[in-house]
Amino acid sequence: MHGRSWFRNLSLIVGFSFLYIPIVSLIVYSFNASKLVTVWGGFSTKWYGALLQNQQILGAAWLSLRVAALSATLAVALGTLAGMVLARFGPFKGRTLFSGLTTAPLVMPEVITGLSLLLLFVTMEQLIGWPAGRGMTTIVIAHVTFTMAFVTVIVQSRLVQMDESLEEAAMDLGARPWKVFFLITLPIIFPALLSGWLLAFTLSLDDLVITSFVAGPGSSTLPMVIFSKVRLGVSPDINALATILVTIVAIGVAIAGVVMTRQQKARDRDAQMALAANQQMIESLKKG
Amino acid sequence: MTRLIQRLLPQGRTLVTAVPYLWLLMFFLIPFAIVLKISFSQAAIAMPPYEPLVHWAGERLMQIQLNLDNFAFLVEDNLYWKSYLNSILVAGVSTLLCLLIGYPMAYAMARSSPSTRNILLLLAVLPFFTSFLLRVYAWIGLLKNNGLVNNALMGLGLIDQPIQMLQTDFAVYVGMVYSYLPFMILPLYSNLEKMDLTLLEAAADLGCRPWQAFLKVTLPLSLPGIVAGCLLVFIPAVGEFVIPSLLGDPGMLMIGKVLWTEFFNNRDWPVASAVAIALLLFLVLPIMYLDRAQNTAGEEGEHK
Repeated sequence: MHGRSWFRNLSLIVGFSFLYIPIVSLIVYSFNASKLVTVWGGFSTKWYGALLQNQQILGAAWLSLRVAALSATLAVALGTLAGMVLARFGPFKGRTLFSGLTTAPLVMPEVITGLSLLLLFVTMEQLIGWPAGRGMTTIVIAHVTFTMAFVTVIVQSRLVQMDESLEEAAMDLGARPWKVFFLITLPIIFPALLSGWLLAFTLSLDDLVITSFVAGPGSSTLPMVIFSKVRLGVSPDINALATILVTIVAIGVAIAGVVMTRQQKARDRDAQMALAANQQMIESLKKG
Repeated sequence: MTRLIQRLLPQGRTLVTAVPYLWLLMFFLIPFAIVLKISFSQAAIAMPPYEPLVHWAGERLMQIQLNLDNFAFLVEDNLYWKSYLNSILVAGVSTLLCLLIGYPMAYAMARSSPSTRNILLLLAVLPFFTSFLLRVYAWIGLLKNNGLVNNALMGLGLIDQPIQMLQTDFAVYVGMVYSYLPFMILPLYSNLEKMDLTLLEAAADLGCRPWQAFLKVTLPLSLPGIVAGCLLVFIPAVGEFVIPSLLGDPGMLMIGKVLWTEFFNNRDWPVASAVAIALLLFLVLPIMYLDRAQNTAGEEGEHK
């Protein structure tokens, strides 16, 4: 048994080092005074200063943040509906196609999704005059389409794990379906929606390929600016930018983690109280 | 009252189904029809840069010109064949490497104590939440000739002069495995975590050595996880654009790069569409298989 746990620990250490060393190296070298990214020239925060002076990057970042917030919110709304349909509605006509349409965007190579959406927007503009030109609207539509697939998977798997008897009980007590959804289902699956939103937000914030296809000339998002800079080589202000983004994400995930743990604890407490109340009732019945 | 609910229910259900359904039809399925249409048209110097397929000749006569030149072009020009084959090779090898690294990790995660398990799971998911583009970029700094890896190897005295790693296939494989590893670990982990460990005890009682039990019990039972993980890595990897263009040799043939160049540099939308359609035809079967695998996994979950 000892030999095997040794192997397990080794594979974890090697695997996680592989996943994290590049991220750590980005952070460390963002504080490097030397312009040569790989030669340590002392501690400095000058690249952060340079970053805050860079209007192009700041403008792109602002656009990306707005796009990400908007598309993550829409993706959660649509993805929750799709997850409900797949987890609760059972078989219906066209279900196979629907399930395929929710799975395919997860794995579809981005060049295909990007090209096809662009051609759709161009055709729509020719036919109905909307969307006029390409910019934030087309980027948001594209991002909602590919991120909602991830939300759907998260919500669907959460709903499948969830105890359906709670919903049935509420129905038996006369609650209408929409009331059951908002009062019972939604609070229980809320952590899943939160992580779905976070994932959709970061995927949107990060997307280069699909965005490049559907963005107009005047609307460069952050990844597009980063890509054009990075193609020319390593530059330290990108390291600073990466550090800021990683920090924001880490804080977001940490907050989500705390919220989820709290919810879990509150649920456990409620369950225990319900159990205790039940026991009391049984005791009193026995006595009576 | 119940009757009223029952009468309202189908309506509500239809609405709930219709909204995401219509969105996906409109913005995911119909676009492919348009790509197909444009792959049959001819490039033109115009905006949009292709000839319309449908011409109106006279009052009610409609002419449709189907132009197969773009597909003939794909078949005749070696560049496209080589790109497709090379993309499949690179994606296949990357998938295999992900499996070899991801399986032990997922196994170790699933067999650790519940509290460590959650932390490890968070650690495996966290890279998902950090920028893919920036993580690929990080490898440029590591793999450069005067990068961290070469400096470390020279510092240890293992090599005398830097090895060219950036702009090689090696760098592309590193980037691919690195970016897609979480996609392999997660389905494997969720499969291995659900496994009934008493089966292993039974195998041990019947005289199986641990590695035999692994090969005869754990491995076959984890096959659905392996299949899901491999498809989640392989399908998007075939069309990958960012990793080969940042880490690979500029001349490296990958179909995602070819499509990008046709579209952005040559502005040949019809050929780009034909490239996309050919890639899509190749990927339809694996995608359908993945969908079926996910549905059966979902149903198994429902029965539990």
